[in-house]
Amino acid sequence: MTVKSTARARKKAAPGVPDNRAGVAAPELVQLLTPEGDRVEHPDFPLTTTPEELRSLYRDLVLVRRFDAEATSLQRQGELGLWASLLGQEAAQVGSGRAMRPGDYAFPTYREHGVAWCRDVDPLNLLGMFRGVNHGGWDPNEKNFHLYTIVIGSQTLHATGYAMGITKDGADDAVIAYFGDGASSQGDVNEAFTFASVYNAPVVFFCQNNQWAISEPTTNQTRIPLYRRASGFGFPGVRVDGNDVLACLAVTRWAMDHARSGNGPVLIEAFTYRMGAHTTSDDPTRYRLAEETEAWKAKDPILRLKAHLDKEGLADEAFFAEVEAESEKLGLRVREGVRSMPDPDPTLIFDHVYSEPHTLVDEERAEYLEYAASFEGGEHN
Amino acid sequence: MSAQLSIAKALNEALRKSLENDPKTVLMGEDIGKLGGVFRITDGLQKDFGEDRVIDTPLAESGIMGTAIGLALRGYRPVVEIQFDGFVYPAFDQIVTQLAKMHARALGHVKMPITVRIPYGGGIGAVEHHSESHEAYFAHTAGLRVVTPSNAHDAHWMLRQSIESDDPVIFLEPKRRYWDKGEVGEDPGFPLYSARVVRPGTDATLIAYGPMVKVCQEVAAVAEEDGRRLEVVDLRSVSPIDFATLEESVKRTGRGIVVHEASVFMGVGAEIAARLTERCFYHLEAPILRVGGYHAPYPPSRVEETFLPDLDRVLDAVDRAMAF
Ligand SMILES: Cc1ncc(C[n+]2csc(CCOP(=O)(O)OP(=O)(O)O)c2C)c(N)n1
Repeated sequence: MTVKSTARARKKAAPGVPDNRAGVAAPELVQLLTPEGDRVEHPDFPLTTTPEELRSLYRDLVLVRRFDAEATSLQRQGELGLWASLLGQEAAQVGSGRAMRPGDYAFPTYREHGVAWCRDVDPLNLLGMFRGVNHGGWDPNEKNFHLYTIVIGSQTLHATGYAMGITKDGADDAVIAYFGDGASSQGDVNEAFTFASVYNAPVVFFCQNNQWAISEPTTNQTRIPLYRRASGFGFPGVRVDGNDVLACLAVTRWAMDHARSGNGPVLIEAFTYRMGAHTTSDDPTRYRLAEETEAWKAKDPILRLKAHLDKEGLADEAFFAEVEAESEKLGLRVREGVRSMPDPDPTLIFDHVYSEPHTLVDEERAEYLEYAASFEGGEHN
Repeated sequence: MSAQLSIAKALNEALRKSLENDPKTVLMGEDIGKLGGVFRITDGLQKDFGEDRVIDTPLAESGIMGTAIGLALRGYRPVVEIQFDGFVYPAFDQIVTQLAKMHARALGHVKMPITVRIPYGGGIGAVEHHSESHEAYFAHTAGLRVVTPSNAHDAHWMLRQSIESDDPVIFLEPKRRYWDKGEVGEDPGFPLYSARVVRPGTDATLIAYGPMVKVCQEVAAVAEEDGRRLEVVDLRSVSPIDFATLEESVKRTGRGIVVHEASVFMGVGAEIAARLTERCFYHLEAPILRVGGYHAPYPPSRVEETFLPDLDRVLDAVDRAMAF
């Protein structure tokens, strides 16, 4: 016998009352490019772009998607242990990533491959972690791009602290902290909002609301649109069309300037969609409908910009062919680079545990080496 | 029930039985509803017991743990799922400062019948934070009980016993063994906190728990080919520890080797070695040895085999123990 009790039905908004449910996009969404590729204006977020800039953004989007697709297939071929695809979120990441100045600093989750691209982090470096050869293979200070953070929400506090340091230094840099709709529930994220607000820290919280935290819809995390959370903490919140690269660029540029000018933090909610599985270990058919994913296809961030370039005659066939060729080349480089990525020496375990010598670690390293040498050929495993 | 089940399925059945037997039992965790948890341990339970009893929580471990404590205060029996070992730390404050101490602070007037299920340990080729063995942190905290099964039978019955316990139990699930199958018997056979001799022997005692029990059984099989008869004890409970069973075994064999995935330094093995040395001093032919992880963060998966104790490393320790 199973004891079943009725789940209380969730209340729908009454007629005539604005629908505040978390998953509903309209009407506050900032958009500069419609899904059909038409340019529209927003009074608060003007943006002027040259044809060259638009082409460059298009190139970013295509290359980032190509890299992502390559990584997904490398995982399927057993070359990577895991991959967290950004499919569908390219515009949110490229738009915000390109809004940064060189001195600005980004704190990513584990999915910000598009932001990494904008920060000039070699895609192969991102793959080391997913292959299992390191826990994050780049120098964060070199690219002003922090290591990926897997523990949900932790990095928002690091970003805030870093921003507090910028203020103390009297510098005019700004920080951007990436996180997901799921992460918005974490204590750390809410504490980051508090610290950023209280210390007026130059940090932009960039939430990619991709509608899902693994199997849980955004409505499991919040009953008001996420961007409105900001007002309770005392700073502005904006919801932007996360599949519109121009709107993401304009809103983030505004927010970073707002922050760097001493006005304190901003929360941006980029309303977007995770087109693929949560990671390659996930099976989304267990919890969401194919129709939902299909509906979002019509809002594809790349097709939208392509439509705009076509309509306005801003790019010719030669340009698209060139981007295509470049993307083939990137795919090949990534494929070959991963396949030839060597396994680390096991003694890596003992490297960098501390920055200064530590007797126990040194002892264990020596013990391990002696043990390994006792095997034929001197190698264990 | 008596059936061949994987550990995952045995746990699933245990949760189902617990939900059936006590209407106050509720499950809480991330993705435990429609998805059935990332390891499918709660598969089908929300469908059968409803969203009020199998609760997909917001993504916030401190929130999950803190509200579970509140539900327990209100007479519920929460079973919390932490998605992976490395994600229990946001809940650690609630576990250590509140859950563990509530009963004592209330002079016994309040009970905390909460089970915290955590898939733990390495060996699955995962990224950072998905392979940790943190049993020592919990065992070091008075007020918490810490158990970990190594096979399907124990997985099933120990989980049911944990849920029935009026104390908070940290229930560590050896994730790399989830798909190992075994017979699940009609009754538990042992009280929750007792160790179990899983292979009798005379020359040395291997003491292990969770994922390392299988490794030690393999070691014993290989050692037998060399004419060594090793006894293997499955600890099952890390707090409390069934020292009577360990003492009896080690006094007989004269040698003890503790094996765990967690770092050796300040690990559970240190406690066992110290106590067995006191209790069995005049019977020991060799110091109690320990085999485990190094004093380093759990490494990237391509070198995790070096970090994890395996057949060779345990055999090496057996050689060392026998050489004394
Ligand atoms: C503290 C913590 N708890 C749980 C997890 C497991 N986990 C990894 S990703 C994820 C969902 C994250 O959702 P969201 O924040 O919306 O970001 P998205 O993956 O959708 O980009 C969960 C629960 C984790 N990594 N860290």
